Amino acid sequence: MESIVQIRDLHFTRGPRKIFNGISLDIRANQVTAFMGPSGSGKTTLLKLIGGQLKPEKGTVQVFGEDIHNVDQNTLYAVRKQMGMLFQSGALLTDLNVFENVAFPLREHTQLPEQIMRDLVLLKLEAVGLRGARKLMPSQLSGGMARRVALARAIVLDPSMIMYDEPFTGLDPITKGTIVTLIKELNESMGLTSVIVSHDVDETLSIADYIYVISEGEIVEFGTPDDLVTSSSEWMQQFLQGLPDGPVPFHYPSDNFKEDLLVGR
Amino acid sequence: MIAATLQNIGTWALGLFENLGRASIFFGKIIAAIPHTLTRPRLIIKEIYSIGVLSLTIIVVSGLFVGMVLGLQGYITLVDFGAEESLGVVVAMTLVRELGPVVTALLFAGRAGSALAAEIGLMKATEQLSSMEMMAVDPVKRIITPRFIGGFISVPLLTAIFTAVGILGGRLVGVGLLGIDEGSYWSQMQANVDLIDDVANGMIKGVVFAIACVWIALYKGYDAMPTAEGISLATTHTVVNSALAVLGLDFILTALMFGNV
Repeated sequence: MESIVQIRDLHFTRGPRKIFNGISLDIRANQVTAFMGPSGSGKTTLLKLIGGQLKPEKGTVQVFGEDIHNVDQNTLYAVRKQMGMLFQSGALLTDLNVFENVAFPLREHTQLPEQIMRDLVLLKLEAVGLRGARKLMPSQLSGGMARRVALARAIVLDPSMIMYDEPFTGLDPITKGTIVTLIKELNESMGLTSVIVSHDVDETLSIADYIYVISEGEIVEFGTPDDLVTSSSEWMQQFLQGLPDGPVPFHYPSDNFKEDLLVGR
Repeated sequence: MIAATLQNIGTWALGLFENLGRASIFFGKIIAAIPHTLTRPRLIIKEIYSIGVLSLTIIVVSGLFVGMVLGLQGYITLVDFGAEESLGVVVAMTLVRELGPVVTALLFAGRAGSALAAEIGLMKATEQLSSMEMMAVDPVKRIITPRFIGGFISVPLLTAIFTAVGILGGRLVGVGLLGIDEGSYWSQMQANVDLIDDVANGMIKGVVFAIACVWIALYKGYDAMPTAEGISLATTHTVVNSALAVLGLDFILTALMFGNV
């Protein structure tokens, strides 16, 4: 199967901390690929590296055949038009209403007549179930609604790939289910390639075709959801089952507790 | 001790030059984006409204009071020399050459500059600028440059309005309350205020202050740390740096224009 994104020997450091230590991976077309891992493991950073918003110290990221960090701005923007991104907060433009937020990429990149633009926006809003909310301002939306509007905006230019940054975080179970269904249906109906960054185990396992688990700058596990569930790795089982103690200790490294209590006595 | 002091000075100087370098590159990007932004006049008109038109109240009210105070103070001084008929020219010269451009720029930095910095900083903190980049929209072209052009057009106009209202304020006190002859007030002003030396130079000051204030506000917002504290610092620095820049530039421009230096 064709790879849309190819990452090779990627190194990235933020301040004194090494985020990625030579990771390599492929994102295949028409699949839902997920990056999982503990908080702070660099999942969102990886999305920003794929989108060309951050530059690695070493290694290459090929997106749609372009070395995304070694192209001019026109080529970079041409590549970005083929990808949509759903930010964790939605990142809607707060001075525009729902309709205008979704219409924003069309107004910036096309010269479509107003009527066709209206039809396209309403189609996308209908797809996420928010056609009736088109006149609301972002401040009037709940977190889940804001994410759905952002999803409509991300697909309005009919991209080939969508990246979702923590799409399930902070949502109630009904909204979470709605987002899971939307991602799955959009992926199938539009023939998209989806990349999901998440640490919500159940939701991610239910929709991902392939999963990379990242921890401490490296890919520690990869495979289909079934591969991960049946993994013999203790770390993997602790992560999937949300156990408080295990290979990842509950306690932050410290001196002996008893000795600590007796200090100064 | 000496080594530590030198190290601190060095670190401070490096930080200062790095900041100046980033601000200069940012300014270069704005200038490069101007031709593109000029093709979208609606964006510019929207910014002229929010930066300029919404600043009118504070500019008109301040201009009126500054003119009234100038009229009163000028009269008190001039009347001792029997020269109160020259009040018009004193008020006009003071406003056209100095107070108009300087006070307008200071008020602009406090009202619109701080709002610009906070708005851009908040857009950064809420990932709106990042989302634009990912939609293949350059935030410098779409967000920053329209605001720059809006400020560039608005501040000189606000300066002209401030000055005109100030002159009317001076007339209100001088002619209306203190009884100076109206004909003298206007004719002395007409005879002594020069279109090029005074009015044009005053407007040049307005343009220079506009560039300085809007550049500082936009850069501080764009460079802000994406946190509540970062945005608070950005707005504070905008007002402080703009005020210092305006006063420093005013001295330089005054020396060049009127000081025969």
